[in-house]
Amino acid sequence: MSGALANQDRLRIFGLLSPAYLWLTGAIFLPLSAMLYFSFLSDVPFGEADWFHTTENYQAFFQTTTYATLLWKSIKLGLMVTAFSVLVGFPCAYVLAKVIKGRSREALFLLVILPFWSNSLVRIFSWAIVLRGNGVLELGLNVILPFEMDVNLMFSTPAIVIGLVHSYLPYVILTSYLALQAIDDNLIDAARSMGANKLTIFWRIVLPLSLPGLLAGTVLIFVPVVGSFMEPRILGGRVGTYFGTVIEDQFVAVFNWPLGAALSFILLAVVLLILALASPVLKRAQT
Amino acid sequence: MSGKLLSNLGKLWLALILFFLYAPIIVMAVMSFNASQYYQLPFEFSMKWYEKLTGNAEIIDAATRSVLIAILTTIIATILGTAASVALFRYEFRGKRFLQVMLFPSIAIPWLITGTAMLIFFFGVGLGRGTPSVIIGHVALALPYVIVVVSARLATFDETLEEAARSMGADSWTVTRRVTLPWISSGIIAGALFAFAVSFDQFVVSYFLSEPGDSTLPVLIYTSIRKGFTPEINAISTIIIVVSMAVMLFAARFSNFGGER
Repeated sequence: MSGALANQDRLRIFGLLSPAYLWLTGAIFLPLSAMLYFSFLSDVPFGEADWFHTTENYQAFFQTTTYATLLWKSIKLGLMVTAFSVLVGFPCAYVLAKVIKGRSREALFLLVILPFWSNSLVRIFSWAIVLRGNGVLELGLNVILPFEMDVNLMFSTPAIVIGLVHSYLPYVILTSYLALQAIDDNLIDAARSMGANKLTIFWRIVLPLSLPGLLAGTVLIFVPVVGSFMEPRILGGRVGTYFGTVIEDQFVAVFNWPLGAALSFILLAVVLLILALASPVLKRAQT
Repeated sequence: MSGKLLSNLGKLWLALILFFLYAPIIVMAVMSFNASQYYQLPFEFSMKWYEKLTGNAEIIDAATRSVLIAILTTIIATILGTAASVALFRYEFRGKRFLQVMLFPSIAIPWLITGTAMLIFFFGVGLGRGTPSVIIGHVALALPYVIVVVSARLATFDETLEEAARSMGADSWTVTRRVTLPWISSGIIAGALFAFAVSFDQFVVSYFLSEPGDSTLPVLIYTSIRKGFTPEINAISTIIIVVSMAVMLFAARFSNFGGER
């Protein structure tokens, strides 16, 4: 194939690509642009109400500490859920990739990531049944433990964290597993034959080589958790007010769309900042 | 510590994780067969919540709508996505890298942001809330998954097959139809199943785009949960989770995303 494409090829490329990308433009990129525009309006530009251009929606974020506090609360939730998922998920990925051999590995791997592809709302709801007072967890613990114990985790921060870890754990297992699987066993054998102990092998070989996959997993968890609203609503009840739920309110309860748009964009800025910071490492993960 | 002990501890850890992942789902499923409305034990087997479902027009309505939306989304996303994958695989052209990067926003940006942005835009162009808007949104979310899955299958394609066909006189359309498409068909099926799952399980975007009283199943469940739990929701949730897991098992068969063959 030479540099210049034949006209016929060019036409064919255009024909094959344009439907998909026009769709993405109409459903993702134009809406995001429209939201950016909206975030600078005083009121929605349809209906009778007067509206003008303004930056007051962004000022609102800085005028009170309410929004910044909630954003920080959401970021902390993201960090907490990500940390737990990594601590729990990475060893699990390691066991799958390096300890378990043969046919059962594929089946177990599928079992681990299968819930991730099932309905997240339904899985959060299932935790509500387990965690509520007088629920299955309390009954179960009281059968095992010699003393009576009240367990009502429902409508608390731990409940939200448990639900979110359950939702996003498969991400970090998936990405870490793929990275760990790519590590050549001969490399580990070679290190062992030269006298390296298990800890050294882990710190000097396994962890550095799987780090890109692990970090990809943390980004994939952190980003949606910062923007979560359904999980805190269902499992958090009154303590479940986060940045995401405030944005939701602007669109479905308060109907202050311009403020909602501005808050969405501030959230998007945080997300993009995180993606930008992680992108050098993520690029290495791709290759 | 001996290696044997360590590896057994590892397996125990894996077992605990699987327990953590599946226990609540199993509890929910079991409770949907419990007669007591308040999830009270002892357990008493009953099908009454499933029977009640069959008489609940609102839920059946929403379920039908969800399935229809998922099917339409699957058809559109699979066709557009496969076409785009073929172009991205077959041809070298300027801007290709850019087009590949453009697939990420709909996966990487939180759905809360995409969903609210769609709501604003669809209102701005006069489309408003409703099933057409939901379908437009779902297709946009499903497209990148189809393209990624089909492209992965295309990457395993042996180009000498096409050359062979061409040397025997087949024109490029015939080559595509008789050689390329059959080879990637398993990837297309897997992509289609992913698209179905993305749409059928989608809550956030549907939530902002569907009209009250005209909602999809997950949206209806969310609004019902916030009013209070009933075992009827358990029953429909159990059905949903069985359906989506079955779809994904099929997808796994076709795409073999276990990474090994």
